[in-house]
Amino acid sequence: MPFFLFALFFLLYPSSKIFVGSFEDSTSHTFTFQYVWTLLHDPTLINAYWISIKISLITSLGGGIFGFLLAYSAIRGGLPSFMRSSLMTFCGVASNFAGVPLAFAFIALLGQSGELTKLLIALGFSPYRYGFSLYNFWGLSLVYMYFQFPLMVLIIAPAIDGLRREWIEAAENLGASAFQYWRYVAFPILLPALLGTMILLFGNAFGAYATAFALTGGQIQLVTIVIGDQLTGNVLFNPGLGYALALGMVVVMAIAIAGYTLLQRQTERWIR
Amino acid sequence: MKRGGVIWSWFWMTLGILYFFLPLLATFLFSLRAVKGVLTFRAYQNVFSYSDFVTNFSYSVLWAVLTIIVGILIFVPTAYLVRLRLPQFRTAIEFITLLPFVIPAIVYVFGLVRTFSQPPFLIVDSPALLVAGYIVLSMPYMYRSVDTGLRAIDVRTLTEAAQSLGAGWGTILFRVILPNIRVAILSGAFLTFAIVIGELILAEYLVKPAFAPYMAYLIQQKAYEPAALAIMSFALTWACMGIINLFGRGRGQAPIAGGH
Repeated sequence: MPFFLFALFFLLYPSSKIFVGSFEDSTSHTFTFQYVWTLLHDPTLINAYWISIKISLITSLGGGIFGFLLAYSAIRGGLPSFMRSSLMTFCGVASNFAGVPLAFAFIALLGQSGELTKLLIALGFSPYRYGFSLYNFWGLSLVYMYFQFPLMVLIIAPAIDGLRREWIEAAENLGASAFQYWRYVAFPILLPALLGTMILLFGNAFGAYATAFALTGGQIQLVTIVIGDQLTGNVLFNPGLGYALALGMVVVMAIAIAGYTLLQRQTERWIR
Repeated sequence: MKRGGVIWSWFWMTLGILYFFLPLLATFLFSLRAVKGVLTFRAYQNVFSYSDFVTNFSYSVLWAVLTIIVGILIFVPTAYLVRLRLPQFRTAIEFITLLPFVIPAIVYVFGLVRTFSQPPFLIVDSPALLVAGYIVLSMPYMYRSVDTGLRAIDVRTLTEAAQSLGAGWGTILFRVILPNIRVAILSGAFLTFAIVIGELILAEYLVKPAFAPYMAYLIQQKAYEPAALAIMSFALTWACMGIINLFGRGRGQAPIAGGH
């Protein structure tokens, strides 16, 4: 079958190369742990992973919470029903609007001569004078949020739909307060869906490259940026280390996706 | 216990709308400022007058179209056979089609460059490698939409009917099955189109002309023209999503993709 040939040649073979390359000495072609060892002991590389993990955690939490609030408002918040369908359409577009154009959209809004920056300066409040910058870690997080929260809305919406009206009525009849309903009914049911989706957002941010590349030109040393540097040879060139870096990313992603699949199964028990 | 929540709902919605539209509005305003003191569409005119832009953009369209055509040729027969004859391969194929989610694009391109820049396969400069890479990236969306399309029609009955009328396999695939799942294929195709046009990483590291690397380069060089490009790119994404929504009205959820 052409499909398997294609997948083997262009997907599985290059991927296995990363795995093999991480453990194979690049000159003598013998088995070695040296690259993985270097990776785990090099403070710069560990730091790159740490920055990537930090930004993924922050934006998946932030995007997750904001996305959930938005989705819940649109679906169960008593808003007119057209709000829901337009929100879904916007989110479909926004979660696909990323990379270079997204980076530029934020430069135009909040860059040093961005529209909002100029407006704020005219109002006597210059954000850059108070330590704000679009080009540092927090600025990048703000930009990442733009594709994180719409993804949350899209994926969490079916779970919110699955919260049956009977449950809230039953809770009311039994004299539960809103807090008790959330604490003992809705939250435990939604928890696996919420966690699972946030893990997916984590992976989404962890693998992101183009946005950070276009926004900061590689100033923020995310793992993806470091791998890119390895490819162009911007840094001390060490092929084996590049493989090990890439393998580390795949491991983190695999853990994230496995966690998501597991939690997704939990969700399906309650929500059909 | 719930009515007080409406105000909060409006609050979160307003915040969401602001987050969504402010960057776009700013980009649009920015793109009109090419001439000092007045608002003009000069930046757009400039962009279209750059021959680099036309070349890079045309290449991106070419990559996208090739990706879609070859992708359809690979995925439709596979999904069809798996549904009809080889259900035991289903899990394996689903696993493979989801792999691009686990392997970030930058890691994938790293593997591609390293694998195909040394013997026995020295094809790193070939445009075919780029298209193959795009097919892999689009696989989760394309294969899935084809598969969803096949689920909605009665593959077995259609095949048997065509066979009993004397049709060969080529006729069955391209004149019976394909037209029946064209909506699913089209929505996959437009999503693929949006992804390929906006894709930076593969084109950048396989060093091929494309829209996104050009835009990343232009951001370093100019102020207002990139804004015009961003607006055009956004309009294109919007158009693709709109077309998909139009096709898939009332069923399925919004497409989710990523080229971040």
